[in-house]
Amino acid sequence: MRTLLENLKERFPLGPITEQRPDLVFVTVERSGLRPLLAHLRDREGFTHLVLLTAVDWIEENLFQLTYLVHDRRRGRDIGLRVLVPRDAAEMETIHDLWPTAATYQRELREMFGIGFPGSPRVDEEFILEGWVDLPPYRRDFDTKAFAEEAFAHRPGRETHDPATHMRERLTAQGRAK
Amino acid sequence: MQQDDVVEPRVPVKDELKKRTVKGPDGFEFEVDPIHDYYCDARPEVRPGSYLKIVEDLFNWARSESLWILGFGTGCGAIEMRPLMTPRFDAYRYGIQWRPTPRQANLFVISGYLSVKTLKRVIRSYEQMQNPKYVVGLGSCTVNGGMYWDSYNTIKKLDEYLPVDVYVTGCMPRPEALLAGFEELKRIIRAGKGEGANLYAKNFDWYKANQKRVIHDWDMPDYNW
Amino acid sequence: MTFEWIKIPQSLLTLFIVLNYGLLLTALVQKIAARAGRRHGIPIWQNYVDLLKNYGLRTNITHGVMYYLGPVFRLSGGVGLLLFVPTIYGSEMFSNLSFAGDLILALYFIFFGTLGMALGAGESGHPHAAIGVSRGLSQVTAAELPLALAVFSVALQYHTLSVTDIVAAQQGGVAHWTLVTNPLAVVAGMFSFLGSMMRSPFDVVLAPQEIPIGPPTEYHSSYLALMQTNRAIFPVAKMVIYMNLFFGGASSWAEFCLKIFLIYMVSALVGVVFPRFRVEQSIRWFLTWAVPVGVAAILLV
Repeated sequence: MRTLLENLKERFPLGPITEQRPDLVFVTVERSGLRPLLAHLRDREGFTHLVLLTAVDWIEENLFQLTYLVHDRRRGRDIGLRVLVPRDAAEMETIHDLWPTAATYQRELREMFGIGFPGSPRVDEEFILEGWVDLPPYRRDFDTKAFAEEAFAHRPGRETHDPATHMRERLTAQGRAK
Repeated sequence: MQQDDVVEPRVPVKDELKKRTVKGPDGFEFEVDPIHDYYCDARPEVRPGSYLKIVEDLFNWARSESLWILGFGTGCGAIEMRPLMTPRFDAYRYGIQWRPTPRQANLFVISGYLSVKTLKRVIRSYEQMQNPKYVVGLGSCTVNGGMYWDSYNTIKKLDEYLPVDVYVTGCMPRPEALLAGFEELKRIIRAGKGEGANLYAKNFDWYKANQKRVIHDWDMPDYNW
Repeated sequence: MTFEWIKIPQSLLTLFIVLNYGLLLTALVQKIAARAGRRHGIPIWQNYVDLLKNYGLRTNITHGVMYYLGPVFRLSGGVGLLLFVPTIYGSEMFSNLSFAGDLILALYFIFFGTLGMALGAGESGHPHAAIGVSRGLSQVTAAELPLALAVFSVALQYHTLSVTDIVAAQQGGVAHWTLVTNPLAVVAGMFSFLGSMMRSPFDVVLAPQEIPIGPPTEYHSSYLALMQTNRAIFPVAKMVIYMNLFFGGASSWAEFCLKIFLIYMVSALVGVVFPRFRVEQSIRWFLTWAVPVGVAAILLV
């Protein structure tokens, strides 16, 4: 893994590197640097499997973080590439020509986060949701609870316990004494 | 039928459902409006039972002893229905069978959480079943949302959208609980109270308004025979 | 030959007995199959309850005239098959409407119901129904071939096309049955029997798993009840033919019940043991195994 990272550093501009496990590292890269790096990893280094493509909403920094996790089957190692895109112009280059499966992930991200992937096949069709009219539901500024309370009829009489306090009250001595 | 003007669909209609002009093989051009041409959208009617009480009682007994479940698993609870077919529980003993088509089934088990997308299919399937028909809500999710109480795409209260005869609570209920629920349903049917289909027909506008409030892309006729 | 009006109520009585026997028999065989899977299975009266419930449903919808006629054709196929073949040999009362050339008519009636069903299910407009019908027709056609060969072989053997005469020729002990005198024809006939009973390994037509239930997908309430009635009558009627042609017929109702049950058990046992064939596999099976036996049966007579 070390030698691989050294190799990559010589060829590509890499951002901060997190070594999660001996066989798993995360590398932050620039938006424009992602595609050549992925192509290199796939064709030269044996990372032939796109494990997942997912997003994290860093609403405080006004950023979406896209994570491309690729896997090298032969040597049993993974690299996650992180790309940060601004939230208000959420758009990313499509990689469906590198991995056809990416098109499905991109459709999901388009629907759940509202991140655009121009040129990806069927990306603007609805994927899981049907007739969705609100904000993309995985964005953190979408208030799930308020939406659910407004959109659906509720049955009164429902009790909710916060799991942590509830279990503390049930399990600990002073909780039971109370 | 008169148009329900409760909630107009806010989402554009799919291409294949749009009105269009088609040229037939014989050269004639004609207009096709799929939603109105391909489906019969007559409203459901309240169908009273037989005039003779004894005949109706006999039929009710037969209905209770011959529950045909529509094999439609909407959520995780579907996994609790499968063991009922196995030697351990063997629901066939009680006259319970699974039918793969809504036309032949008369019991709809809503098994677990019901997302809005599935609700649409459930309504279509339910409406294709023949009167009298029964609905069993399986699991807490159908009662009040269960663990999905704040989810953005699961409905919280099934009886807003379909007339429910029996709820089986639990997350998930065991197959024994489901069997007990079926026995309860049998008692209800034998007592002549399993009139969900007529209830649905009677309060049709109310149910439709509720359904359209959550299903935004309503691209089917109001009643799917 | 003069027609006697008393034959009509007599035939209806036969029909009534066979209907009840068929309902109980199919439930019993289902119970036996369930026991093979260590289940209790349905109650023995379940078929009656299902019938009653389906007749008692309050709504039904139609897709057109042929859709309505489909179950009617199917039922008339079963009833016709039963009525034109003598049920109990030597009994004037239960010989029904049989006549000199009834064997040919019986062959026709076996196919008739399937054809009617094809028209009806086609009109229902459901794709699964259409798939099921095409599978059903191709499989039944393939299964019919060895049966036709076997029937011709038997007809050649006894120099008659009358079922009554064929049964008469087999009287006088097991040694006179076609089973002993012309075993190849019986084997070909029984192969075909397996194929036409809609049990595993030849139940791909109904295929509850992939094409939900096939031809009757759209059928419900009274239509379905008609078809269930037929499902009780038709197998028994078909087995009456087999019993008369191959197993010496029956001279009393007790013998009738026993023989029909045993013939049904052949199909049930095979069904419990073997998994399902696909359509092309089953057709190939009929053509490679059953048809040559049938041809040999004709050649060796």
